[in-house]
Amino acid sequence: MYRLFAIPTLIINVSIILLPALLTVVLAFYRWDGISNPTFIGFENFEKLWGDRIFWKALKNNVIWTALFLTFPIAIGLIAASLLMLVRRGRTFFQVVYFLPMIIATVITARIWQGMIYNPQSGIVAMLNRYGYDVRDPLSQTSTALYGVAAADLWHWWGFMAVIFFAAMRQVSQEQIESARIEGANYFQLMRWVMIPAIMPTIALMMVMTVIWSFLVFDFIFIMTQGGPAFTSEVLSTMAYRKAFYELGVGYAAATALVISLFGLTAAFFYIRLQNREDAE
Amino acid sequence: MNLVESRITIIITYTLLGIAAFIALFPIVLMLLNSLKTTPEIALSPLGMPEVPHWNNYVNAWKGANFTRTFFNSAVLMFMTIALVLTTGSLTAYVLARKKVKSWKIVTVYLLATTTAPIQLFLFPLYFGFAKLGLINNIFAVSFVYCAIFSPFSIMLLRTYFLAVPKELEEAALVDGATPWQVFSKVYLPLVWPGLLTVSLIVGLYTWNEFLIATTFLQGPESRTAVVSYFLLSGQYSRDWGDLMAGAMLVSAPIVVLFIFLQRRFIEGITGGSIKG
Repeated sequence: MYRLFAIPTLIINVSIILLPALLTVVLAFYRWDGISNPTFIGFENFEKLWGDRIFWKALKNNVIWTALFLTFPIAIGLIAASLLMLVRRGRTFFQVVYFLPMIIATVITARIWQGMIYNPQSGIVAMLNRYGYDVRDPLSQTSTALYGVAAADLWHWWGFMAVIFFAAMRQVSQEQIESARIEGANYFQLMRWVMIPAIMPTIALMMVMTVIWSFLVFDFIFIMTQGGPAFTSEVLSTMAYRKAFYELGVGYAAATALVISLFGLTAAFFYIRLQNREDAE
Repeated sequence: MNLVESRITIIITYTLLGIAAFIALFPIVLMLLNSLKTTPEIALSPLGMPEVPHWNNYVNAWKGANFTRTFFNSAVLMFMTIALVLTTGSLTAYVLARKKVKSWKIVTVYLLATTTAPIQLFLFPLYFGFAKLGLINNIFAVSFVYCAIFSPFSIMLLRTYFLAVPKELEEAALVDGATPWQVFSKVYLPLVWPGLLTVSLIVGLYTWNEFLIATTFLQGPESRTAVVSYFLLSGQYSRDWGDLMAGAMLVSAPIVVLFIFLQRRFIEGITGGSIKG
């Protein structure tokens, strides 16, 4: 009887996610334009990927993205959270302000950064140019486009980390903190020897999730640069999307999607282990 | 850390927290200021105050992005998704929390795994499947896609609320001859409503803001969401930044107002399950 309760969820989830996912695995071995009949071509899509310069560029960008998001938001989040622990007044206010960018739609955030900050006619960049500083729109330069997009994503992201780490730090036992204080530990020693070790499980989980999310990143890049200029900000997910919907290479896109999933799956394995360990306790 | 800090430490701390708050608010203030300025005023300086508030930008943005229609679409999509997630999700959360069945472990792992699956892993066959069934531009069909994507974390969040209900209540109801359905609907649902509210807020927020699925499945001018319509508008006339910032304000305003009033629930819902002790 109780089994029936889970059936609606499972039917929806299996038909929207699992079945199409399995079809993607199959499609990766076919050539298909989305209209005519698919042709089986074995490993040809994967061989083509191996020799595709843009694929390697996109993969490298995903790795750079992962490195950026494993360091900056986590470091800033930890610092902000630890500072919040020091104050008594204004905790809620600062949390709400830090979290605000997180709830604004990606399209909006992207357009604010493009038009009001990076734009050489209307943005902060234009203003700096007038004052004689030689700055350019990072999105238009091949060397900086990826970092320009990452800055906007980072702006909307770090507050989320700060709020999570702050919530975790508040659960550290008061006695532990006070005894460290009585022994004369300063702020840095307290962080290094008490707070960070105590919230390590949360930090580990966030790092695993960061790896997963970094390989999924799509919206900011698709909206701000479409992977350009000259594919310098392309990542695997924007590449797969372009192949499937603009270049009629659905099989090739499916193969790319499998590569993304491979990275995600490895991280997901650790994620599920962390989650289950928590449940067992 | 309720210990006395030296005055200088407190001053430095507040200064740093203030700088961080400034960084978080700066682009939002730019959006607000420039939504009331003309294009030449913005070109003069994005930081200047508007000479006279140029409310006409809001009218232009409203018309340009056809918000009368697209806000309605977003709202319908949002409410259908919330309804679907709540009905299917609460049932599953209940059995996962309370019933010991061997296969539940597989269900849990499967649901956790789907939360980490890239959308591209199922997007392409799903799109062509929907196209074949004539479901492109169908808001109702897309709410099922959102339900599948947002259900797993909703279930995990709801499960903790079901776990918090004392088991004795269920046992007493069963002794009195209640059916499983009655136990769920009469005993549990009235007690887990804070969880249902939190999930509604988060799912509503995600649905309102979602871009990838919406832009792929809802392309027609009559079925677009507000976010996609804004995206297309800003791609077309990307020089009229006053209008575009006004449009940005319109799309974000409902969410920001709701967030400020219910921030505790939002933060709890979005961060829920992330803190490992």
